[in-house]
Amino acid sequence: MRLIVNGASLDVQAETLSGALAALDYGDAIVATAVNGAFVPASARRDRRLEDGDRIEIVAPRQGG
Amino acid sequence: MDDALTFYGTEIRSRLLLGTAQYPSPQVLADAVRAAAPDIVTVSLRRESGRLREGQDFWGLIRGLGARVLPNTAGCHSVKEAVTTAQMAREVFGTPWVKLEVIGDADTLQPDVFGLVEAAKILSEDGFEVFPYTTADLVVAEKLLEAGCKVLMPWGAPIGTGMGLNDVYALRSLRAHFPDVPLVVDAGIGKPSHAAAAMELGYDAILLNTAVAKAGDPVMIARAFAQAIEAGRAGYLAGPIEPRDMAAPSTPVFGRASFA
Repeated sequence: MRLIVNGASLDVQAETLSGALAALDYGDAIVATAVNGAFVPASARRDRRLEDGDRIEIVAPRQGG
Repeated sequence: MDDALTFYGTEIRSRLLLGTAQYPSPQVLADAVRAAAPDIVTVSLRRESGRLREGQDFWGLIRGLGARVLPNTAGCHSVKEAVTTAQMAREVFGTPWVKLEVIGDADTLQPDVFGLVEAAKILSEDGFEVFPYTTADLVVAEKLLEAGCKVLMPWGAPIGTGMGLNDVYALRSLRAHFPDVPLVVDAGIGKPSHAAAAMELGYDAILLNTAVAKAGDPVMIARAFAQAIEAGRAGYLAGPIEPRDMAAPSTPVFGRASFA
């Protein structure tokens, strides 16, 4: 399905958020996720089904002041 | 004399909080943190690529430095953005602490104080321990405390400007109005003397980033900031003399030789 991942439109072979992370090669990277502007806890990724056009944000620790 | 500093029940020994952004390299960041020896460093969350995974190395570096992390909501311009970012940060960093930034203006990066108070209330009710980046406005401070904040972080000057303490009167006033609240001057610091001056006003700690990261020698100035903050704290506690207009000789008058 078509997903907007971190601002980029991608074709992702996945039905769930955890499936999308796997398909996008995140593996065991330490990240946090949001779908359509709402935080989705890691524990909920397996059950979170995605729809065409969903906006996914995948973030990780970075430098900050 | 016990001069302990406590944020949300956690005792903090260093009154320097250090940001981790904009260093010339990860090595310089690590060296500066070791030189400054902060108990707390600020971090952020940014988009991660599955392939490049830049954040994983950074997180490994930070964990190795042994300081406690204070995640920020830098770049958030709305309540929703800030709250969502804080939720993500709590999960990733494993801490209820959040440096809450809700930014209202692109030139000054000043807080949107209305959004700040609203986000502080939402997050406090959800169990976060909020460190709000705010102005020195007394009414905003009162509302942030009512919203559940137990620490306030007023600016010295706009982020990254290095101007120092732009409104000493306002900072003095804030300190006097809230004598029992931990107050951290956050943003706009440029030189160690600025940090010392804030500590001499009675502020509890200083948060700075650009002043170290963009200095000619970040490691040298990191150490200097730590020293300046200690000196400023002692200068406050030791009861410095008040300024006076008229000179008073320090050398005794009695016993002067006469050469008339």
